Amino acid sequence: MRYEAPETVEQATALLAGTSEARVLAGGTDLLVQMRADVVDPSLIVDIKRIAETRAVTEDNGGWRIGAAVTGAELKEHAALKKAWPGVVEAANLIGSTQVQGRATLGGNLCNGSPAADSVPALIAAGGVAVLVGPQGRRELPVEDVMLGPRKLALGKGEFVVSFRLPPRPPRSSDAYLRFIPRTEMDIAVVGAGVSLTVDAGGTITAARVSLGAVAPRVLLVREAAQAIVGSRLERGAQDRLEAAARAACAPIDDKRGTIEFRIQVAGVLTRRAALIALDRARTN
Amino acid sequence: MAKHHIETTVNGDAVEFLCETEDTLLDVLRDTLNMTGSKEGCASGDCGACSVTLDGRLVCSCLVLGCEVGGHRIETIEGMAKGEALHPLQKKFLEHAALQCGICTPGFLVASRALLERNPNPSDTEIRYWLAGNLCRCTGYDKIVSAVKDAAVAMRSGHNG
Repeated sequence: MRYEAPETVEQATALLAGTSEARVLAGGTDLLVQMRADVVDPSLIVDIKRIAETRAVTEDNGGWRIGAAVTGAELKEHAALKKAWPGVVEAANLIGSTQVQGRATLGGNLCNGSPAADSVPALIAAGGVAVLVGPQGRRELPVEDVMLGPRKLALGKGEFVVSFRLPPRPPRSSDAYLRFIPRTEMDIAVVGAGVSLTVDAGGTITAARVSLGAVAPRVLLVREAAQAIVGSRLERGAQDRLEAAARAACAPIDDKRGTIEFRIQVAGVLTRRAALIALDRARTN
Repeated sequence: MAKHHIETTVNGDAVEFLCETEDTLLDVLRDTLNMTGSKEGCASGDCGACSVTLDGRLVCSCLVLGCEVGGHRIETIEGMAKGEALHPLQKKFLEHAALQCGICTPGFLVASRALLERNPNPSDTEIRYWLAGNLCRCTGYDKIVSAVKDAAVAMRSGHNG
C-alpha cells in the first residue's frame, strides 16, 4: 500500500486519477477503521492534510470557507465561525469522542457516505457548497448533491472535496442541529435534523432551509418543511405544518437503532425543536 | 515497496523510525519504539486506551498512521512522570484507587492531562464528557472522576499532589 501526502491539489488529483484503488485520507477516523476491518483495501492512500486549503478556516466574501480536513476540535475553538454558524459547529462536535474530535473532519464525514453523518444535515441546512477539485479543475456542488446513496458519491475519478463554502449571513440569521441517540454521547444518529433560518425585524421567518439525516438513503434537503415556516413566526400552527412536512419526507429503514415509525415520529419532533432553537438564536443575532 | 522513513518528536526527543503504510502510530510506538505504555484495546477508536497527543491535540494513536506523523510532536504516557516523580494525576489515580486491571489507565491519564491543560477547574460533567471516549470495564468511572478533580485541585494550588 502506497502513501502519498501531496502539497498541491494538482498533485493530489493526479495521484487519485492514476490509481484504481486510491482512497483520500483526511482525519482517518472512518478510513482506518474500515481498513482494519478489511472493508476497504486501498492500493494508495492520498493524505490531503498537507494541502493548505484543506486545513484553513477563512472568511470569504462575507461568508466562510472551511477546509475539508479541519478537525471538529478546531471548529469548536473558532469563536467567529461558531457565532455565525452554531448549528454547523455543534453538529460537527457531536461526532465521536474527544479523541475522535481531534481528527474527524467535515470532508471525511461527508465523503464517508453515511446517511447518518451528523455534520451533513447541518451543512445542507446552511446552504453549504462543497468545493471539488479534479483532473478537469475546480467545480462546486451543493452539499445535498454530493451524496447519492449509502457510500455513493457524485465525485468523478480523481476528484475530492478540498473545502466547503458557507454563504454570507444576513442579520438575524442562525441555525441549529439536533440528533436522537439512545444515550448521551458516542453514538450514531437515529435521526438528525438541521434547520437554518432568517427572521425580519418583526420576528417573521423570511428564509429557511431544513435537512434531515438517517431517515432516507441519503441526507435530505426538505424544501416543503422550509416552505411550511417561511412567512410565519413559528406559531403552533406553523410548528405543526413543519412537523408534518418533515415526517412526510422520511423514507427510513427499520434497524436495530430505530424502527420506521419511531424515526418518522422523532424526525418531526427534532425538526420542530431545532427550528425553535434556530429562531431563538436568530432573534438575538 | 520500501518502508517509510519518518522523523518526528516523541516526548521531546527527536525520534526516527521505519514503518509500512498500514502501521498505525500505536503499532510504531509499541512494536518499533518499544513504548508499550499506550495500549491497544479496540483498534477502532472506541476505547481510548491508546490515547496520545499529536501537536497537543488528544487523539487515538490507533487511528493515526505512522507515516502521517513526520515533523509533528507526539506526547505519550511515557513522558508523563519526570524521572521518579509521578505527575499529580498519576499520584491521585493511585490515591483514589482509580484503576483495577490498568489497561485503560494510560489513556485516561493522557486524556485527563489534555483536559486539565485546557480547563484547570473542570466540573464533574465536563470531566465525564471529555473522558467519554475512554472506556474502563473494571472499576467504573466515579473514582476516576474523583482522582481527576483532586489532581486539578493540587495542580491549581501548585502542589504536585
